[in-house]
Formats: sequence, C-alpha cells, structure tokens
Amino acid sequence: MSKPTWTNPVVRWIDYRLPVFTFANEQLIEYPTPKNLNYWWNFGSLAGIVLVIMIATGIFLAMHYTPHVSLAFASVERIMRDVNYGWLIRYIHMNGASFFFICVYIHLFRGLYYGSYKSPRELLWIIGVLIILTMMATAFMGYVLPWGQMSFWGATVITNLFSAIPVVGQSIVSWLWGGFSVDNPTLNRFFSLHYLLPFIIFALVFLHLWALHAHHSSNPVGIDMKGPQDSIPFHPYYTVKDAFGLGVLMLVLLGFVFFAPNFFGEPDNYIEANPLVTPTHIVPEWYLLPFYAILRAIPNKLLGVIAMFGSILILVLVPWLDTSRVRSARFRPVYRVFFWVFLLDCIVLGYVGANPPEGYFITVGQLATFWYFFHFVIVLPLVGWLERPRPLPDSISASVMAGKGKEAGHA
Amino acid sequence: MSDTAMTAPGGHDDDGTTRRDFLLFTTLTVGATGAALAVWPLIDTMNPAKDVLALSSTEVDLTPVQEGQAITVVWRGKPVFIRRRTQAEIAAARSVKVSDLPDPQPDTARVKQPAWLILVGVCTHLGCIPLGQKSGDTRGDYGGWFCPCHGSHYDTSGRIRRGPAPANLTVPPYEFLNDNSVRIG
Ligand code: HEM
Ligand code: FES
Repeated sequence: MSKPTWTNPVVRWIDYRLPVFTFANEQLIEYPTPKNLNYWWNFGSLAGIVLVIMIATGIFLAMHYTPHVSLAFASVERIMRDVNYGWLIRYIHMNGASFFFICVYIHLFRGLYYGSYKSPRELLWIIGVLIILTMMATAFMGYVLPWGQMSFWGATVITNLFSAIPVVGQSIVSWLWGGFSVDNPTLNRFFSLHYLLPFIIFALVFLHLWALHAHHSSNPVGIDMKGPQDSIPFHPYYTVKDAFGLGVLMLVLLGFVFFAPNFFGEPDNYIEANPLVTPTHIVPEWYLLPFYAILRAIPNKLLGVIAMFGSILILVLVPWLDTSRVRSARFRPVYRVFFWVFLLDCIVLGYVGANPPEGYFITVGQLATFWYFFHFVIVLPLVGWLERPRPLPDSISASVMAGKGKEAGHA
Repeated sequence: MSDTAMTAPGGHDDDGTTRRDFLLFTTLTVGATGAALAVWPLIDTMNPAKDVLALSSTEVDLTPVQEGQAITVVWRGKPVFIRRRTQAEIAAARSVKVSDLPDPQPDTARVKQPAWLILVGVCTHLGCIPLGQKSGDTRGDYGGWFCPCHGSHYDTSGRIRRGPAPANLTVPPYEFLNDNSVRIG
C-alpha cells in the first residue's frame, strides 16, 4: 500500500497532525478485499447502518418519551399522534429493531456456513457473539419502555429467570427490579440502560472491525488471499455494492414502516400495562422466540434457564468445536447438509416458541432443543473428523476464473 | 520479575525481586480494593429504596366473601389471592400424601384458619398471575389455580402439582384482626 501524498493543503495540514485521511485511505479505500465476495457479505455493513439508524431515531424518541409508569404509555401515544413525524420515527425504531436482528442473524449464519470463525478470526467471532448478546439486552429493555401489557409481562418473565439461581436468586431479582415487582424503578433503570447499551454495541463493533481488518475478510471459498491478483480495493467496488444492498434494505424496511408497521408487533402491547392481569399468551419479540422455546422445553426451572443462556454462549466455542481444517461449506458435502438441518431446527424452535406450550408443541420443542445442542457438541466435531472435503481451488483468483458464472452467484 | 542484568534502583533481593516491585504490588492492591469498594454504593442504589421497603400493609374486609369464592387484593404491588375454601376443597388439600408433592408441605402449615387460604398470587416459575380467581377461569387439573404462561397446576392449597414451577405459591405474612378482617404484611 503506497502512502498517498495529499495535494489539498488543508488535508495535508490535518493529516500531518491527525492522520485520519491516511487511515481512511488504508482502511476504507485501498483496503484489499477478496474479489469473490457474494451478497451474503453485505449484511455486516447493513447491520452497522441499522445500528446508526437505531441510535439516531432513539435519541429523538427520548426527547419526547417519559420513563414513568403512569406517563410512559401516554407519552408513546403522544409521540404517535401529536409529535410531528413522531409516528415515523417510532415506526422506524420499532421495525428497525427487527431488521437489525434480521441482518445480524443472516450475518451469523453466513459465518456458520462459510466457516468465518476459524483461525485467525476466533476473536472476531467471539466479539460478534457479545454484540448479539448486548443487542438482545438492548431490545428487551427497549420493548419494556412503551409500558404495554407485553412490555410489562415480558419484563416480569425475563427478570424472573434470574430467580432460578440458587440461594441468591431472589435477591438478584429484587435488585434488578429495585422493588418487589416490575415497577417504576425498573422502568427508570431500563430506560437508562437502553440509552447506554447501543453505545456499548458501537464500541464492540469498533473492536469487531479492528479484528476484521487485522486479517481481512474471509470469502466464499474460504482460502486466504495470496497476492494482489486475489483482491480488489474496497472503494469503489464494495462501497458501491454495500450502497446497493442498503438501497434494497431500505426499500424493504420502509415498506414495512409505511404499509405494515405493526407486522412484527403484538397487539397486546397497545394495552397499557396492568400488573394484576397476565395476558393469556405471553410471547417475546420474534427474534427471541427460539431461545424462549429452549427455555420452555426443559421442565426444570434452573436447567431451562441454563439451557437458554447456554444456547447463545455455546456459539463462543464453535471455532474449537468445528474440527475441520476446511473453512467453507462449499467444499464440505456432509457439513453442508447439517448446516441446513440446523437452520431448519432454529426455525422450528422459533415456531414452537410462538405457540402455547401444549400438546405436541412440547415434544417438538424438546426434540428441536436436543438437536440444537447435538449439532454443536456432537455433529460439529465428528463431521470435522470423518468428512472427506472436496479439493480446494489453488487460489481465489483461480476459483473465480475456473468456475465462471457458477462461483459468483452461488451461495 | 525484574531482570538481574539490569541494576534496578530499588536494590535486589536474593530471588531478583526489588523493593520497587513490592511497592508497586501493594499500591496496586490497595488501589484495586478501593475501586472495588467505591463500586458498591453504585450497585446498592439499584436495590429497593427506603420508600419502597416502607410500603404499608393492607387490611382486608372478609365479610362479602362467600364460601367457594375468592378475591384478589394488592399488597406491595403484587396480587394476593384470598380464597374461602369449601369443605370439599379443604378435604382434597388434606387427603394427598405430603411426601408425593414436588414441594412437600402439609395444608395445615399453609393456613391459619382452614377455610381461608391466603397466597401471593404470583406463579413461582416466572412470575405470571395464575388463573382460577374468577368464576369462569380454568383452575387446572387439581382444582386450585392454573398458570397459563408455561402450564403450572396448583392445588386447593396453592401447592405446585405439575408444571415447571419449582415451589408452592408463597404464603404472605398475615394476621386475623377478628373473624371478618385480616391484615396482610
Ligand atoms: C441497538 C440499538 C437499539 C435497539 C435494538 C432498540 C430497540 C428498541 C425497541 C425494540 C423498542 C420498543 C419499540 C416499541 O415497541 O415501541 C425501543 C423503544 C425505545 N427506544 Fe430503542 N433501541 C435501540 C437504540 C436506542 C437508543 C440509542 C435510544 C436513545 C438514545 C433509544 C430510545 C428508545 C426510546 C425512547 C424508546 C421508547 C419509545 C417507543 O417505544 O417507541 N433506543 N427500542
Ligand atoms: S410463569 Fe407460571 S408457569 Fe411459567
């Protein structure tokens, strides 16, 4: 990489003292990127942009929102009816949360398919898992703020999870609540934390990108870049591709905002919270359903809670559970089948989580929970040992030239 | 710790550690302890505040409650179930073998007067409010309460019989002021 000499004197003056232009040039413009990335590589940057949208809309919502049990619900209704464009800002924030999770889940499954977590990207992957955990906490607390029935009862059920901890559980729960039930102190602190956590996510994203740029992106064939023939500069190739992806995402997101703004929501949340009446059917937001299903699949309270948190934390171990030396599932015929089975398993868990725990949903939920852990603990290591991967291409460049048309669009 | 080839200004011990290492270590320890202690007030602000703890007790007039009926009152922001049990319900609660229960407790230990069953109406699983107070409600397979959230069944003594809840419905502290009124808390 050649260090550019800036011609504009102002740029040169600044860059000598604070080399932001050199930095941007190295990391965003010349930055060598594999030339064979497909569209599944768009979702990281999309997630980042949605984070910015969430912070921007959130700050303006916070100017009109009142975190008090007797005023919160009305203040959100006021945002919807009286505040200029309040409905727009809130609907973008509400649907943006769903799209944030859509982007990040696709991003995560992209990683699972192409083995992006393998050396030297283990820390990059682990930071990603931390981001998902923080997002879940953020979204959960945000959902409590409008103080509807689902807000209140979702908060009650989730905070009560901690009461499963032996001995100190009850003290922890009353510490979380600041009282004897979910009440005003709880709402206040959730607002404070809901404002804070997105900035923590921002910091984690920074670390995530730092780790990424240390070894650059992986790619669909999963072999390293070996020279300039394997890469293209980030700008204009991927800036344009990411901008195109953003256009598509915005079409879909705004489609929901304008034409089906409550598609992802629960009608019960437009009823103000009532601590004395539990809705007949409590469901979390869709993006938490698979984990909720795992919680309910296990008839023991403590074990259910452990399984639920374990189902996310087990992702941290994936770089070591997967014993295959080949990154991309494209060359792993057996793993590829198990990947799709696992994806299906997660969808089944989500479906079970959305339904009441009765009849055959219980059995299906238990089987799907079993498979979820079986996939990580047994399938990943065994397939890595036993599978015979297909031969890898010599280089990224060779694979692009040989498989013309096939490689570029194939996922 | 410090390399013996370097002459550290603090002077050497036999094993190569210096007085400076010792000072550094003790200073760090004291600093870390101080920081940890300073965090406690921050954490403790999140515990229930004095006004929350001071929440008063609730007095309830029992006169309007007929046999077989139940009322719900609010105590510390939570519902409290008061049920005037029928003879059949009392008999059902007392006929089960205590050792067979998931959370073994005899009915006699859960009431002060057999007819009046007083419970915190919060499911011990994850905090939903069980059904069974209103006349149309389902009461579950054991005639007490049924929690719709994850399917816990409670019997006519408020004891958990089936489902994910680990414990019986809690009996709050209460006292009969006379035959027709009770103070909870
Ligand atoms: C990681 C980024 C974020 C996520 C995933 C997120 C998620 C959510 C969700 C799911 C809701 C509930 C929407 C509803 O059903 O009404 C919400 C509400 C809210 N959020 Fe956020 N949020 C984020 C960032 C922020 C930030 C940075 C702020 C403030 C600076 C903020 C302020 C608010 C406010 C005031 C509400 C209540 C108004 C309402 O319910 O629409 N959010 N958030
Ligand atoms: S909260 Fe009652 S069964 Fe889960």
